[in-house]
Amino acid sequence: MIPSNFTYHKATSIQDAIALSKTHGEEAKYMSGGHSLLPMMKLRFASPEHIIDISKIDGLSYIKEDGETLKLGALTTQTEMEYSSLIKEKYDIFSDSVKLTADPSVRNLGTIGGNIAHGDAANDQPALMLALRATVIAEGIDGKKSIPIDEFFHGFYMTALDASDVLVEIQIPKAKKGSGGAYHKVERKAGDYATAGVAIHIELDGHGTCQQIGIGLTNVSAVPMRLERGEEILRGQKITEDLIKQVGKIASEDAEPTSDLRGSEAYKRSIVNTITQRMIRLALERAQK
Amino acid sequence: MKHKITLTINGENVTSEVDSRLLLVHFIRENLDLTGTHIGCDTSGCGACTIMLNGQSIKSCTYLAVRADGAEITTIEGIAAEGTNHPMQKAFHDQHGLHCGFCTPGMVIRSIDLLKNNPNPTEEEIRWGISGNLCRCTGYNNIVKAVQQAATEMQKES
Repeated sequence: MIPSNFTYHKATSIQDAIALSKTHGEEAKYMSGGHSLLPMMKLRFASPEHIIDISKIDGLSYIKEDGETLKLGALTTQTEMEYSSLIKEKYDIFSDSVKLTADPSVRNLGTIGGNIAHGDAANDQPALMLALRATVIAEGIDGKKSIPIDEFFHGFYMTALDASDVLVEIQIPKAKKGSGGAYHKVERKAGDYATAGVAIHIELDGHGTCQQIGIGLTNVSAVPMRLERGEEILRGQKITEDLIKQVGKIASEDAEPTSDLRGSEAYKRSIVNTITQRMIRLALERAQK
Repeated sequence: MKHKITLTINGENVTSEVDSRLLLVHFIRENLDLTGTHIGCDTSGCGACTIMLNGQSIKSCTYLAVRADGAEITTIEGIAAEGTNHPMQKAFHDQHGLHCGFCTPGMVIRSIDLLKNNPNPTEEEIRWGISGNLCRCTGYNNIVKAVQQAATEMQKES
């Protein structure tokens, strides 16, 4: 399959990308790894007239802690995440997710920024970003903007990014003592999109009480979903087995899955319950270390 | 719109003019006549089109040729000198890691990249490592054995 005709442009800097986007307007799309966009173009689900290649822009690939923040450059590949010693050491939730995302050759090109900017609830990173309460940094015609993750996902493939906005960085509160996270998704086969996935981030105080909790769900709603009711139950509490079961049940009630080839609605509600419970237990265990 | 691209493929410099929408796998097979790289699913699922781009395995059916401007590419034809076999090829031969051979070029390239990041993988790491490459003949067992043999051989060499 060959995509329909378009014109390719290589952006050499963020400013260059924005200028190209300004010239070509809504008919232009940014491409980083291209492993979501190009398949859509081959299948004619998308037919942009202009592709602006942002993958060659220098300086957007990094994983670093800066003050109280973990900063991820948007062009950091999933493979770079997988082999980062900082991630391996302190951010288990990413190590969990990356190896379940697509396959190694796809991860060599797929970027962390693209995984979020694509605005697909089936992608894995959006649920993590909800759980971790990330902030998305973008640059566009109007300058630099900082978008809280809860205001980022607007709908099916729709985000808070304007056509000219380049997602440049993701900021996450730095891991600290007493914090822990976990992610798992059920997939039909290696490399598949999630039948359902759950990301958990827990922060405990010195007495083991849950100060902050983030729960993000993958592919069980049109937009990446925060399980607010579940978070409310655990926040401020000592997390008990009884509470974990309650939150699992809430996840199965509040998720909005639809029946498709990956499973029936009832099946998805059932597994989202199970994974939610397992991931809370795992994140709790990691937070207590 | 045509774009002039210059790249290195299997050690040779190539300059060509390509359309924006030309896929790298078509450029390799049709423009350069290197037909060892196969087209399987054409949707980045099966790995038959796997090549090495700047030292990393990628699926060339899901990459625009124009984006390879300035890149260094290695295909199955270029992993060992003419008339010789790469240790990974020898291992696939010794362990009977193929039946029909359609997946083999991609499988070999992917396995070389796997060992670069993880020279001594466990069986599980090998299975996850080649999870983006489908084989419909072998049932994978002999492929795993081949990668294990190559890992041992390549560690001795280094």
